[in-house]
Amino acid sequence: MKKAKTLEELKNATWKELPIGTVNPDPANSLKNFTGTWRSGKKPIFKKDTCIHCLFCWVYCPDMAIIVKDGKVLGINYDYCKGCGICEVECPTKPKSIEMVKEEVTLS
Amino acid sequence: MVRLRELASMEDRLVSGHGLCLGCGIPVIMKVVLRATTDPIVIANATGCLEVCTSRFPWTSWRTTWMHSAFENAASTIAGVEAMYKALVRKGKIPKDKKIKFLAIGGDGGTYDIGFQALSGAAERGHDFVYICYDNNVYANTGGQRSAATPLGASATTSPAGSKIPGKMQKRKDLTQIMAAHGIPYVAQASPHRWMDLYNKAKKAFEVDGPAFLNVLTPCPLEWKYDESQGMRIANLAADTCVWPLYEVENGKYKINYFPKEKLPVIKWLEPQGRFRHLFKEENKWLIDEIQKSVDEDWERLQRLAKL
Ligand code: SF4
Ligand code: SF4
Repeated sequence: MKKAKTLEELKNATWKELPIGTVNPDPANSLKNFTGTWRSGKKPIFKKDTCIHCLFCWVYCPDMAIIVKDGKVLGINYDYCKGCGICEVECPTKPKSIEMVKEEVTLS
Repeated sequence: MVRLRELASMEDRLVSGHGLCLGCGIPVIMKVVLRATTDPIVIANATGCLEVCTSRFPWTSWRTTWMHSAFENAASTIAGVEAMYKALVRKGKIPKDKKIKFLAIGGDGGTYDIGFQALSGAAERGHDFVYICYDNNVYANTGGQRSAATPLGASATTSPAGSKIPGKMQKRKDLTQIMAAHGIPYVAQASPHRWMDLYNKAKKAFEVDGPAFLNVLTPCPLEWKYDESQGMRIANLAADTCVWPLYEVENGKYKINYFPKEKLPVIKWLEPQGRFRHLFKEENKWLIDEIQKSVDEDWERLQRLAKL
């Protein structure tokens, strides 16, 4: 019996096709699970002009949704951001370099 | 001194797309802790929020070897893996210089209550492992039941504040002290809002030879009932009121890592959390005094221990 390996195969696997011990052969595949769809009502907007790249937003974001490259914040990854607003609260600049704004909710 | 810039350049071992609540404190803790070593990490994760929300089949949010253990035995699982590793090194099947870190993770339910026996046993046997308890003071994954970590006066679904009782009537168990009493090389209490302190503690825990235990306060917007953007501020209040002192016990020697500039009254910590709302009713106010008294006594005792 061929064992399921990819995410799609795992999703559709019968019990016989499941890997033994339900070992998941596809590490970190939740990167394809876009939790950004959870956001309800508000989303963070990044303002690069005032950002001092302290990276507090990066370390305190529960969803690893702050995009950082070479020590600099590039923006927000809306695929995963759930809109908690911690990044705005923890941002130390005045005015804030991340601001939560109202977002239209589209039900899919 | 480590910089966030360095940490941000490292790969996440717990990735996005997990199902933890918005504003949850757990992934913040994991982000920092899992960067405190560059060695491969094997994780045994007790049933709980973190486990359920990061391994909903066929999804997984882990980029490291990870096992789900039952509530009661994450510490035994990791002890077994560590013993196997040592045996394989002895038999020459794993090269001697191949270092692997062994980590067990549980919530307060899986650690203070259900998994305590396994944890105590693994610590006493001296396995070389790190145990991290993310303590959100409640069984958040199963409907908010009180645990041994639920603080005095907090309303939980099995100790609901009402006309009979003003929330949980018992004081929380001091697990950090209990683990220190095991005489293991490293025990510490930390909080995600002070990321560098947490990082340093995790690094020490991974580096010591033998068992290490970290108890990390974990803000939980769902069960503590506060605005989800405030998680790190609430954790900050826990440290500033000395409800959750940040300290470590290294080979029996106590060290307090954070002294608030001005020790705040516990009211500051209670106020923003819905689980304590009933305490502000006239008939329950005596309990706030009790909580203050108990926090003051514990803080005094900790300072005495640190002077020994
Ligand atoms: S917290 Fe604010 S200032 Fe710091 S890196 Fe993020 S956006 Fe920039
Ligand atoms: S709103 Fe919350 S999830 Fe979104 S980027 Fe900010 S901290 Fe991360």
